[in-house]
Amino acid sequence: MASIGSIATAPLKARRAGDHSGTSIGFLIALWLAMAFAVIALVTLLVTTFLDGYPRLDGRLFFDYSSLVIPERAGARAAILGSLLVIITTALMAIPLGVAAAIYLEEFADERRWYNRLIEVNLQNLAAVPAIVYGLLTAGFALTIGLERRVVLTGAIALALLILPVIIITTREAMRAVPAEIRQGSLALGATPLQTVWKQTLPSALPGVATGTILALSRALGEAAPLLLLGGLVFVSYDPNGLLSGFTTLPIQIFNWTGRPEDAFQEVASAAIIVLLGLLLLMNALAIVIRNRYQRSW
Amino acid sequence: MNRRVLRRAAVPVAALSLVLTACGGQDEGSGGTGDGGSSDGGSSDSESLSGEIVTDGSSTVQPLTQVAGELFKEEQPDVNVSVGTSGTGGGFEKFCIGDTDISNASRPIDEEDEVPVCKKNGIEFTELQVATDALTVVVSSENDFVECLTTEELATMWAPEAEKKVTTWDQVNPDFPSEPLELFGPGTDSGTFDYFTDEINGEEGASRADYNASEDDNTIVQGVSGSPNAIGYFGFSYFEENSDSLKALEIDSGDGCVAPSAEAAQDGSYTPLARPLFVYPATSAVEDKPQVAAFLDFYAANNAEIAEAAKFIPLNEDQTTELQDMTSELTGS
Repeated sequence: MASIGSIATAPLKARRAGDHSGTSIGFLIALWLAMAFAVIALVTLLVTTFLDGYPRLDGRLFFDYSSLVIPERAGARAAILGSLLVIITTALMAIPLGVAAAIYLEEFADERRWYNRLIEVNLQNLAAVPAIVYGLLTAGFALTIGLERRVVLTGAIALALLILPVIIITTREAMRAVPAEIRQGSLALGATPLQTVWKQTLPSALPGVATGTILALSRALGEAAPLLLLGGLVFVSYDPNGLLSGFTTLPIQIFNWTGRPEDAFQEVASAAIIVLLGLLLLMNALAIVIRNRYQRSW
Repeated sequence: MNRRVLRRAAVPVAALSLVLTACGGQDEGSGGTGDGGSSDGGSSDSESLSGEIVTDGSSTVQPLTQVAGELFKEEQPDVNVSVGTSGTGGGFEKFCIGDTDISNASRPIDEEDEVPVCKKNGIEFTELQVATDALTVVVSSENDFVECLTTEELATMWAPEAEKKVTTWDQVNPDFPSEPLELFGPGTDSGTFDYFTDEINGEEGASRADYNASEDDNTIVQGVSGSPNAIGYFGFSYFEENSDSLKALEIDSGDGCVAPSAEAAQDGSYTPLARPLFVYPATSAVEDKPQVAAFLDFYAANNAEIAEAAKFIPLNEDQTTELQDMTSELTGS
């Protein structure tokens, strides 16, 4: 892979270094400016958030509940635990469903059937649907089956629906990257199609599946809109303790705090943003580690 | 009755030890020696309760119920209080299908749209006024030409007919300079918007649309403080927190200019922009869940401290008495 890549890009790079025409240099400067703008905006945001939030990045933030009575003591304990519980529940629902759906579509579905093609097109579109729509869908669903809207399970259903298309698409791509020879070899040695998927294709695709899944889950971790629509609570005085317990999450808590007039809440909101960023970085780092460690090349 | 007096005595001590001492609490007049100011806030006169109290509704009233929940937890650590902000309408929608125990509202329940739903589902409720808010019209502290506006002038400024026509200050009143009028206000989903348009323009939701609308009051603060020609409105607490960069205008509804203040809102002279804030407990929740009844008793007994900590205007004496009478009738304490 690496060798093919370097062969393909080498002439391009050489030509760039040798090209000194005005348009070319102008274009290069435009590209640099675009990149500098993005990086500067991001760095400014990170630095100001960090400076605002750093003083509040203390034990209180992790161990205390939100407080209006004494804003200086407000903590994100309920939000942090809520976020973790919701994300774990989301993962437990979305990963098995998503991977199973991807296996069916990639390995077993007959693409000549109209309904399989319809599902394909729909999946691509669903991945682009705004998050709030999944909130509405879940609200309707919960009301129909009599499930309360403010509980962990309902929130996790909304987030699982939100990331399901992404998981299915990335899993399919990972499985498609497994060479057909692996499957043919397995089948030729007498394995059934199911054994082939289970023992050969899926393990080979696992790094890709894991990366895509973790990135999808980090998107879910940062979502506030669908949960707010479901009536996400902004004040919870207890630890979420089950699937039917009320909850709040970090994005909801941050949203609520930044709307308050007191400066103390802007600070604690910044501190909570740092925690959320830390969690996201951790998940993305995990995705990179898994990919680098388990990726196979043929 | 005795029980309530006892509780009234014990609770403010616990609450006050928590609420900033700097507030200079003026309500411990109820006196009684009680059982002393143990700093753990536990009160020995009530049994320990557990269970959940689910509230939802207006985001304006949310701080009030949250503060009540925080202080109540000091007394009853095993009771789980949660507060949502689905908006007054969204809150009633959940309340009337029995999802919540208490609904927070910045306007009374709608007789035509909301009450029938509650009735159909057999949800009975009581309306309790728990605090007052003074909608405050603000300009930048750099503004030196306006101190007071009549309600007619406000209507000239915000009426739907003013859209694209009233664009300078001298169109509102010839005494003002011909500077451009920069308007900031809450968005149409807000209860504050509903109340302001109803009182000033005579119809709920009737407002010009060409103003800078934001659901985040901090954005309005920034917009108004950024220009001497800007004007906007929001709840009193946002003015209090930003009184160094903003100036609150006096309002003249026919009886002279009145500045927004706790006193003016309490004695009724700050009209028409002082508005009541409500909670609606469900009768069934009060009867079936002792923790909800205890919470309401607590809410009523410590109303002044709660309103102060949440930066709202406490009820006046008559309103407090009414709240406490209605609550004790409801909870039977």
